[in-house]
Amino acid sequence: MLHIINKSPLANNALDSCLRVAQSGEILLIEDAVYAATAGNAFEGKIRKALERFRIHVLQPDLEARGLADRVIEGVSPVDYGGFVDLTTTNKTCQSWL
Amino acid sequence: MSNIKKFMFVNRKAPYGTIYALEALEVVLITAAFDQDVSLVFLDDGVYQLKKGQQTKGIETKNFSPAYRALEGYDIEKLYVEKESLEARGISEEDLLVDVTVLGRAEMGALMDQQDVVLSF
Amino acid sequence: MKFGIVVNEGPYQHQASDTAYLFCKAAIAKGHEVWRVFFYHDGVNNASRLTEPPQDDRNIVNRWSKLAEEHGVDLVVCVAAALRRGIKEENLAQGFRISGLGQLVEAGIKTDRLVVFGD
Repeated sequence: MLHIINKSPLANNALDSCLRVAQSGEILLIEDAVYAATAGNAFEGKIRKALERFRIHVLQPDLEARGLADRVIEGVSPVDYGGFVDLTTTNKTCQSWL
Repeated sequence: MSNIKKFMFVNRKAPYGTIYALEALEVVLITAAFDQDVSLVFLDDGVYQLKKGQQTKGIETKNFSPAYRALEGYDIEKLYVEKESLEARGISEEDLLVDVTVLGRAEMGALMDQQDVVLSF
Repeated sequence: MKFGIVVNEGPYQHQASDTAYLFCKAAIAKGHEVWRVFFYHDGVNNASRLTEPPQDDRNIVNRWSKLAEEHGVDLVVCVAAALRRGIKEENLAQGFRISGLGQLVEAGIKTDRLVVFGD
C-alpha cells in the first residue's frame, strides 16, 4: 500500500500516525510533508528508522519549491509527478493521511 | 462478488472544529446504498467523533453524533477504533456511543492493507 | 489504468487542488485515463466561475475546465457540499457538473485507483 503524507511532521501527527499504524509498504511525502525528507531537522531520526520498514519517496517539485532539494536524507528517493502516478499504479491501494 | 469492493473510511479528525467528520459521515451513509463492503476506522482525534454525551446547543450546531448509532440500520457494522488512539486521549470503550471493535495498531495496519478503496477526509 | 480523483480543499487556500491537477496531467501524459474528479468539502469552490485570480497567477478553475474539455474528464461537484457553500448551476464553471455523493462512491467502484487530495 502507498501511504501519502502532506503535512510537516513538526506541525502535525499525520506522518507519526502512519508510521505507528502501517507496518510496511511505501510512503510518498508531498506538499508540506517534504520537510520530513530533509536532513538536519528534529524528525530525521524517525525517518532513518522508518527506512528500515518502508520505501520512502519525496515529490521533488515540492522540495524544490521550498528550497530544500539539496538536503534529501540518503535512502529517500525523489520522484516527479509521473513517478507519483507510477507509485499509485504499482501499489494496489493508496491512502492519503489527511 | 467481483463487483463488491472493500471500502474503508478513515476518520482522523475531531468533530465540530471542522466539517470533515460530518461530511465523511454523509459519504458513508450514501455508500451503504451501493452494497459495498464498508469499514469505518477511527484513529487519532477521530475517536472523539464517537464520544458519548455531545451537547451542541451552545455552539448552535447540529449534533450529528446520533447518526453513528443509525449506521447499523444501514448494515454498516464494521467500526474499528485504534487502541493506542483511545489510550493517548484517556478515552475508554465505555465512553463511546456505539459498539466498536478495538484493534491494536498493527492489526489496524493489516486491516488497511486488505482494502480496495481507502477514503480519508 | 482508470483513475478517480477526490479534491477536498478549495483553490488557492490549499495546495491540494494544484497537486491533484498536476497528478491528473501526469497520469494522462502516461496514457492513463482520469475518469472522474470529485470535488467535496471546500473542494467545491474549485468550480466557481466567479473566481478571478491576479493576471500573473495560475487560473486553477480554468485549468480544470480545460482538462475536462481536452481529455473528457468528468468534473463532479457534490451537491450537498456545494449548496452549503453557495456553489450553484448559475455560477458553475465550464466542464463541471453538480451531482450527488453517489458519484464519489461510483468512482471508487468503477476506477482502478482512487486518489484523495485534501488537508
